[in-house]
Parts: sequence; structure tokens; C-alpha cells
Amino acid sequence: MRVAVIDYGTGNLGSMLRALEELGAQPFLATTPAQLAGAARLILPGVGSFSDCMAALTEGGWIAPLHRSVEEDRAPLLGVCVGMQLLADRGTEGANTADGTEGLGFIPGRVEHLRQHGCSARLPHVGWNAIHPAGAADPLLAGIPEGTNFYFVHSYAMHPDHPEDVIATAMHDVPFAAAVRRGHVWGTQFHPEKSSRAGFRLLRNFLERGAPC
Amino acid sequence: MLTTRIIPTLLWKEFGLIKGAGFDSWRRVGPVLPAIRVYNQREVDELILLDITAQETGDDPDYESIAEYGQDCFVPLTYGGGVRNIEQVKRLLRAGADKVSVNTAAYESPSLVTRIAQRHGSQCVVASIDVRQTAPAQWTCFSHAGSRDTGRDAIAWARELEDRGAGEILITSIERDGTFEGYDLPLVSAVADAVTIPVIASGGAGNYQHMVDVIMQAGASAVAAASIFHFTELTPAGAKQALEAAGIPVRKPFVDAPAT
Repeated sequence: MRVAVIDYGTGNLGSMLRALEELGAQPFLATTPAQLAGAARLILPGVGSFSDCMAALTEGGWIAPLHRSVEEDRAPLLGVCVGMQLLADRGTEGANTADGTEGLGFIPGRVEHLRQHGCSARLPHVGWNAIHPAGAADPLLAGIPEGTNFYFVHSYAMHPDHPEDVIATAMHDVPFAAAVRRGHVWGTQFHPEKSSRAGFRLLRNFLERGAPC
Repeated sequence: MLTTRIIPTLLWKEFGLIKGAGFDSWRRVGPVLPAIRVYNQREVDELILLDITAQETGDDPDYESIAEYGQDCFVPLTYGGGVRNIEQVKRLLRAGADKVSVNTAAYESPSLVTRIAQRHGSQCVVASIDVRQTAPAQWTCFSHAGSRDTGRDAIAWARELEDRGAGEILITSIERDGTFEGYDLPLVSAVADAVTIPVIASGGAGNYQHMVDVIMQAGASAVAAASIFHFTELTPAGAKQALEAAGIPVRKPFVDAPAT
């Protein structure tokens, strides 16, 4: 299975490629939007600020091809960390206006600093934290029990407009969305590629069960 | 709830891993790659890899070796040693590091921390501070692998690093390093009180109780240790059991269900 890991100039992508290889997929770094065509799965990573990532995606001409792949070609998409946050309508990190920077809009909602939601614990939220599946059982979380630890590193969190889009939560003084899903677009605030065996299981689910519905 | 991380520190010099005491008296530990593989298989929470050679010679990081080490690392990997500019950080992340640790260069150019945080996010910058105690409740920062007195007060410097965008502080007591006498609790406590970012305690772990103490009494968010994992029978897994028995949340190993 060909899996495009979208490379728009951000962070450590090697671990994601290696993890997908270990799972038997054929991952590749998509460095131009044209390479998205024909990919069976898309992975959108991200580190840095929401606004910088959106600027890089815009500059690289990724936005329309991404929508085309997801909406017309029906390719399942997984956003990871800031890559999950970018799935929202808007994000305030690094934005010039109080209203925030426009996101990809796959999942209606906003991305805001955890302090804005009453978190008084140390930030960034760094380390291994338990996730709690929410709502109906989701194929992405098959075989992953309540309380499984995943590796997080972030200070912002997504707040989907529709509570049913949250498929797992985690607690860092306040509850926040740890994983989201709308149709065949998924996002994880944590890093499956850095979450050892639990992360491998989740990625395997995305490859095997993340079919368009 | 966020669990407390136990982080083996790997000190890498030329061809292998070493460990000393008081940032001196180095002993050879063994090759790097098998150590990383074993820690990865045992699902440690995170790894810190510090290249002493790059630090001493001022050479660029050895990207090829780092890429080789990062290949089989499916837990977060922090690289430190000789990081002086933003271009190196980009290459390190490309090579497979998840975070970079900045130490000496931050004293010479404090804006480096800000630039890395702006480009790659605060979570990417682990600000490392090596200190010696100079008076009761007073610690001074040393650069160049602990060899040069910067004259800076450790607590004020920790605050400045946070303001400049560091995502975590790795605080190491040079005097406790490799002594097995326990972490410097007043030091870690003073740093943890001074900043709101996570603090990783380093230097002096000799038994599991020392880890419990620095977490419960001094407020460390994570504990780093090298000598006890290299030279004694104590292990990260054993440390977790001890922490859990003391009521500290730790990460539980994941057991994959058979494919359905």
C-alpha cells in the first residue's frame, strides 16, 4: 500500500517512514503536491506553529490538491500533532489576528492554547499520557484499550464544534481532544510514530481499517 | 494523567558510549547502536543522546551516525552536542532527532533558543544547564561540558531560557554527576519553582528512591540517569515499578492484541 507522508519542510519524518515500513506499507515522502495522486493513504505531520505550517502548505501549493485527494479520490488522511490541528477551521498559534489563521477545514473547530481552556499544569504537555476512547468504537483505536499511553508534546489543542468528532480524550489538568475523526479524516494529537508498540498498532489500524466510508 | 518519564542518557564520544563522574574520569560503556536498540525494545519512555566529541571539537554533529541511531528508535530521541545554529537543527531533525538539546551555544547566543522555537516549535528545544553549587541555595552555570564558568546564576538563566522559548529544562548537577549520591534536590526544586515548563532532573541517581525523591520532593517532571543504568543492575523498568509503588503515575507497557 502506497502511503504519502506529506513533506512540506517540517520536522523528523524518518520515524514515520520507518514505522510504516515496519508495518509492511510502501511509504514515501511526497515533496510536491502532484505526488499525492494515487496514494492509498495520506499522512500529514507537523511541528512548529499552526500559522507557520499553514503558510508552508499554502506556499507549497498543497491545499487544493490535499482537498482533491481527500474529497474526490477519497484517500483516508491522518494528521499527526500539529498535523491534526491543521485539520480544523482556525488556529490561534502564531496568528496575526485574534480570530486566528485559517486551517484546512476538514474538521469544524478551533485550535487554542491549553491555558485558554483553564489548564494550569506545566506546559508544553510533554510525555506519555493515557487516552480515553469517546463515543462509538472507532476503527483507528481497535485493539487499543482504555488508558493506553501515547507520547504527546504540544501546548495547543483542538476543540471540534461537533463533540461526536472526538474519538478519544486525554487529561492534562483539563480534558482535551487526543484523537478526532470526521468521515475518512483522522487526527491524533499524540505521535503514534514515537509511541512504540501502541503507536504501531494505531498506524496498522489506519492502514488496514481506515477505509473511506 | 501525564506520567513521569524515566530517560536514560547516552553519552557518546568518538566510537562508543562512555560515562564519567563530575564530567570527568570517563569510562567506556560500549557501542551506541546496540544500546539504543535494547532501550527501544524495552520501551523506555525517551532517550537523550549527547555527543561529547562534537561538543569538544566544535565540529558539526555526525548526522550519518545520528540517522543510523534514529532509524530503530520509536520513542522520542533528544540529541545534544555542538548545536550552534538553526541549520544544524533542521538537519538533526531530518536525521531522526525529535528534539535538540542546546547548552554552550545558548550562553554565546541566547537568541538561538528563540530562533529554534520559532522555526520548529518550543517542544523541539531542550535547554540544558550544567551547574556547580557556589553558595547555599546558589548555583552557577558552566558551559563547554562543564569546563567554563559562565558567571550566570542557574535560576535566573532557567527563567531566561523559558522566556526565550525553551520547551523543557534539563538541569544537571556537575558535582553529583556519576556519584550515585542522589539528585541535588534543592537545585531541582529551585529550578522547578522558577519555571512553568517541564524540568528534567539529572546528575546523581544512585537508586530508585533518589528518583522518587526528586519527583515528589523537588517537583521534577522527568528523571534522567546514566551511570545507574550502565554500571548497576538497576533498569528503567525497575525504576518504574518503584515509582508506581510510591504513587507516581508511570507509563504502562502496551500489549498488542492479536490481529483480527
